[in-house]
Amino acid sequence: MGALLHSLAKSAVKNIRVFFYAVLTEIILLAVLPSGLFAFELTGYIQSEGKVFFNRALFSRQQRSSLSLALQPELYHEWESGSSFILTPFLRIDNADAERSNFDIRELNFLWVHDTWELRIGVGKVFWGVTEFFHLVDIINQTDLIEDIDGEEKLGQPMVHLSLVRRWGVVDLFVLPSFRERTFPGRRGRLRTRLVVDADGATYESGSKKHLDLAARYSHTLGDWDFGMYHFAGTGREPTFRLKRTSAKPGLFLEPYYEQIHQTGLDVQRVSGNWLYKLEALHRSGQDESFFACTGGFEYTFVNVAATGLDFGLIGEWAYDERGSKCTTGFDNDLMAGARLAFNDSASTEALMGIIQDMNNSGTIFTLEASRRITSHWKINVNAYLVLDSTKTEGLHDYRNDDYVQLELLYYF
Amino acid sequence: MKQIKIILGVFLITALLLPLNSMAGETPEEKGLEIVREADRRDTGFLDYTSDMLMVLRNRHGKESNRIIRSKVLEVQNDGDKSLTVFDNPRDVKGTAFLNYTHKVGDDDQWLYMPALKRVKRISSRNKSGSFMGSEFAYEDISSQEIEKYTYKWLRDEVYGEQDCFVVDYYPVDKKNSGYTRQVYWIDKQEYRTLKIEYFDKKLSHLKTLTFSGYRKYLDRYWRADKLLMVNHQNGKSTRLEYSNYRFRTGLKPTDFNKNSLKRMR
Repeated sequence: MGALLHSLAKSAVKNIRVFFYAVLTEIILLAVLPSGLFAFELTGYIQSEGKVFFNRALFSRQQRSSLSLALQPELYHEWESGSSFILTPFLRIDNADAERSNFDIRELNFLWVHDTWELRIGVGKVFWGVTEFFHLVDIINQTDLIEDIDGEEKLGQPMVHLSLVRRWGVVDLFVLPSFRERTFPGRRGRLRTRLVVDADGATYESGSKKHLDLAARYSHTLGDWDFGMYHFAGTGREPTFRLKRTSAKPGLFLEPYYEQIHQTGLDVQRVSGNWLYKLEALHRSGQDESFFACTGGFEYTFVNVAATGLDFGLIGEWAYDERGSKCTTGFDNDLMAGARLAFNDSASTEALMGIIQDMNNSGTIFTLEASRRITSHWKINVNAYLVLDSTKTEGLHDYRNDDYVQLELLYYF
Repeated sequence: MKQIKIILGVFLITALLLPLNSMAGETPEEKGLEIVREADRRDTGFLDYTSDMLMVLRNRHGKESNRIIRSKVLEVQNDGDKSLTVFDNPRDVKGTAFLNYTHKVGDDDQWLYMPALKRVKRISSRNKSGSFMGSEFAYEDISSQEIEKYTYKWLRDEVYGEQDCFVVDYYPVDKKNSGYTRQVYWIDKQEYRTLKIEYFDKKLSHLKTLTFSGYRKYLDRYWRADKLLMVNHQNGKSTRLEYSNYRFRTGLKPTDFNKNSLKRMR
């Protein structure tokens, strides 16, 4: 319990800037708006999660199972003009990994809406991309890796975001005044590298995480094509690691190092009948040698199979990274196959299964995400992650004993 | 002689035109199309509207579950309507929103917004027979009904619910991707409102029946039903739609129906 409180306090300190924004925004909010003019809408969820690992842990102090509780309320208000305010804090308490017990502000922003532009100021969340397995080009928000290994969970990012809506497309301009460090499992956490990442001890090419990062994106829809392209200049979201020995803790650590990068990205999707064709590609410089990476593939859906109401989708994707064995994402040359099943019942029962196969070395991962609504407020999720095969030289090898099944119960309010 | 020629000419032309003329008025296909055109004509010019909807799903055993949905519709000149739909309930899908550009010819353009990931996904609209949110309504039942999407045939006149009705067959143009072979519409002669639809599946058997009730007139011209009941005769399930808060001509613009507004809609 002491460790838990300590880690919560630590994450609170880590988020002190975010807190500052929160307080500042609230002061502005109270000052600017006549009281009683509006009411907030409060929604959100509470999630309890149990995770069981099939095998004994590889590293000492790692746990065989974990229990966790998360709370994500959302306060929202929209004015007549369409402008809005949102506050979404996130709290997780985890009994196994102190690093996973944390507090974050996922969103805290004002959005001003006009006919031809939108301006968002505060902590926000932005997603770019089209593929299902690996989100290559998504860059604005930092990945919350201890929240979920799939890389879809993101930390809130302070931003000024101007979106210009024109007949010839949408231009999004971002000023990102501060950087969020990627989260990594602690010593007791599973699905970690053999050397623990000292996430707080990160160093920066720019000297500090206060570097002003910039991004611009153009996106448009032309007939069956949806596409976007962007350039990002600033602190890379994906660190490289250096070995480190500290006097405070025994043993060796991995120290994240965040370079200044330039990244140009592209995402394209085409819909053609029941087919979706997808491509994401990027070019990055500033992180060692400059390189090219891409991922793409297809999704085909059989709708209403044999008039049963069932939808069955097949997904095929490939990911490539020019860096090969020096690739930091694990997706250097990987094939991915997935099947999506939607029962279209009143409980919205769904399942998504996938297999990721490394084509350069042996390495195979199986994933499953299934969900079903119980009542209009309750939902159950079952997730599984299995490392079926791995090679000694690959990072995945450290996860070889970390096959798990996770049961989540969510209450939405 | 000249006069005779003219008379003969007039007679000939009339004789030639008469069958055409009577055909235009009398073939069941032409009459069906005319009825649908008139219904469409009476419903044009609304510009835009917003509404709230309660969807009640009922299974074989009478167990019910609710969805609450809000929508905005924009009339588009010379093409299908644009619509934006957002879910309030069940809570886990709150904020999930759906943008649809209907087209008179070809597939619709559809995007889905998933709020947890902040992701907008273009989805395939080719197959129209899929269930809308687990209900007995298929996508093709709830999307904007454009004249070009069907061919028509007037069957008979019949009294339905104390109202004189045209009974018209609708045949989908995109036969391959529709779930139906035909739909039978009961359209009242007075106001050209749809009162009942019977759906026939690929095996020509009676699949579903949709009935409309509680029609109200908005802006002194546009009729909208408060209640729709879809009964599936094959699986014993039904779905009830209850509409409220219809507002017409709210001043919506095309910019309210793009991917940016889809992300904002809640």
